Amino acid sequence: MAKDLKAYWRRNVRYMIVLLSIWFLVSYVCGILLVEPLNTIHIAGFPLGFWFAQQGAIYVFVALIFVYFFLMSRLDREFDVHE
Amino acid sequence: MSIQVWTYIMVGLTFGIYIFIAWSSRVKDTRGFYVAGGGVPPIANGLATAADWMSAASFISMAGLISFMGYQGCVYLMGWTGGYVLLALLLAPYLRKFGKFTVPDFVGDRYYSTAARIVALVCAIFVSLTYVAGQMRGVGIVFSRFLGVDVTTGVVIGMFIVFFYAGLGGMKGITWTQVAQYITLIIAFLIPAVAISMKVTGNPIPQLGFGGTIAQGQDAGQYLMETLNKISTDLGFAEYTSAFGAGQKSMLDVFAMTFALMVGTAGLPHVIIRFYTVPSVRAARLSAGYALLFIAILYTTAPAVAGFARYNMIKTVNNVPYAEAPSWFKNWEETGLVAWMDKNGDGIIEYRAGAAFQGKPEFTGAKGAMGQLELANAPTDSPNELYVDRDIMVLANPEIAKLPAWVIALVAAGGLAAALSTASGLLLVIASSISHDLYYRVINRQASEKQRLLLGRIMIGVAVVIAGYFGINPPGFVAQVVALAFGLGASSFFPILVLGVFWKRANREGAIAGMICGIGFTMLYIIQTKFLGVKPWFFSISPEGIGAVGMVINFIVTIVVSKLTAPPPDDIQELVDSVRIPRGAGAAVDH
Repeated sequence: MAKDLKAYWRRNVRYMIVLLSIWFLVSYVCGILLVEPLNTIHIAGFPLGFWFAQQGAIYVFVALIFVYFFLMSRLDREFDVHE
Repeated sequence: MSIQVWTYIMVGLTFGIYIFIAWSSRVKDTRGFYVAGGGVPPIANGLATAADWMSAASFISMAGLISFMGYQGCVYLMGWTGGYVLLALLLAPYLRKFGKFTVPDFVGDRYYSTAARIVALVCAIFVSLTYVAGQMRGVGIVFSRFLGVDVTTGVVIGMFIVFFYAGLGGMKGITWTQVAQYITLIIAFLIPAVAISMKVTGNPIPQLGFGGTIAQGQDAGQYLMETLNKISTDLGFAEYTSAFGAGQKSMLDVFAMTFALMVGTAGLPHVIIRFYTVPSVRAARLSAGYALLFIAILYTTAPAVAGFARYNMIKTVNNVPYAEAPSWFKNWEETGLVAWMDKNGDGIIEYRAGAAFQGKPEFTGAKGAMGQLELANAPTDSPNELYVDRDIMVLANPEIAKLPAWVIALVAAGGLAAALSTASGLLLVIASSISHDLYYRVINRQASEKQRLLLGRIMIGVAVVIAGYFGINPPGFVAQVVALAFGLGASSFFPILVLGVFWKRANREGAIAGMICGIGFTMLYIIQTKFLGVKPWFFSISPEGIGAVGMVINFIVTIVVSKLTAPPPDDIQELVDSVRIPRGAGAAVDH
């Protein structure tokens, strides 16, 4: 049981690291650090860096939480720790 | 019907609904009072969290700030949404599994220390009081403009309403009122946004219209973004979409501010306690998703509103003779949120970069040659003649776009819903910090259920009075004051909550030292730069962003001190193991 818990926790932390990397990429990298080079690309009237900073990052944030919810619901059942 | 009559109807109707809900959900036990009985469905909790957290600043000030800041408005947009990802992944499920009433409860139990509990509850009260001050100022602005009463009367009405439903129903009353308030505020935000998007770009979806082309007028067929960039540079401002030009914040500062707002969101006690009200860990994860979804509806609309508002404002006012200025301009002039100083005496309103005059407008009471209100302020050298308070951009928007009177009234009701819902959530944190964490858990463990409920209600009353005082004597810009609360939230709670779950070795000594150093540094910096006139000395990071540094200090101090002192006892390590697995969460209990 204790070993199971460790494996469960490791998977949870791995999901978290992957999702938070995406979180960092869309907001801090695309929206702030690389905003100027991305702004030279225009898609549908938006400079791309500006779009990430004011719109795109937010859409991705919402998706990330729902993806985490589905991954964890599956993981809970796999390790039989669901409620 | 006039705007005034419509406003009375809309505000009266929505307040009636809130009071009715509060009366139907009045509570008799502390479980109902602190965690709404623990059985709120995730979608309802998502709605309530969204209203709880979208404040007067989000509703009234944010679009206006973005409108003036252009690209750099992303600080608020990403900062105030990105924190939910941290909350959902790092905190909400674990705090829900822990299953007590408040944030200081977790800190006190996880760090097996009354001292840690007291430090946490002082931080909670401090953060909440700073934040609630901004909300009451929001209530004041809306009342004074739309109900024609003076600010003091408006704030007092707001105080009675909040006291009634928060005191009567506690968390349960607040939760269901917040659901109604979310619906009010989102409708009030979307209707004008959709109408304005239609008008400017011909596209009913603001998020898309924002990137579209202008439908009519001399700029017809041009992309809105490009036109805005061109207008802005013509008037001497930086390009609307450009990132780090002259006179703008540095990349490091934007980075730090976004980070501080994100981490602050995840560390705000009134947001965290909402996750105690759902029935399970799974429901806590899901309700974080719903919360951000509902928040994102407003947060992706706001930058579009900001863009439209900037375009509309410049087009309808700049280079227009005062005699032909639109009626909204003269309405808002009377509130002192818009002012015009005819520096070159040609009777034409000229809007350029730079301040028109020094300080906030002070009217002499006399009228100028064109009928404008004369100003006592000293003029500046800049060619700019126009003063516009950022807070009016959302409130005046429907008038600028000439929408019907009922829409304007609806926006007033929405602004009040946003301010009151957040105020009530904060008041509950203050009341529970004192009555539950301080009185029951520290001073008198024998207190009966009835005594604790009574004390909770009294504390809400006391907090309402203090918040009302700040509403009548506002300490400054709504969004700025709120930003400071985020800095304090970021530097106090977030690190020790995260370490409490993810690092078993974190101990009592580390947590206490970490919280004190984190919040101490942040407060010192904010007081120095905001009130004592000291220049931002830490890599020129502005006071709104310093919470990010305070957070790092908190992390480092907690880790170092924990390493140097004895590890936490075995039963705490077991507690950490148990919060990591969802099974057996049960209902939130207090013992």
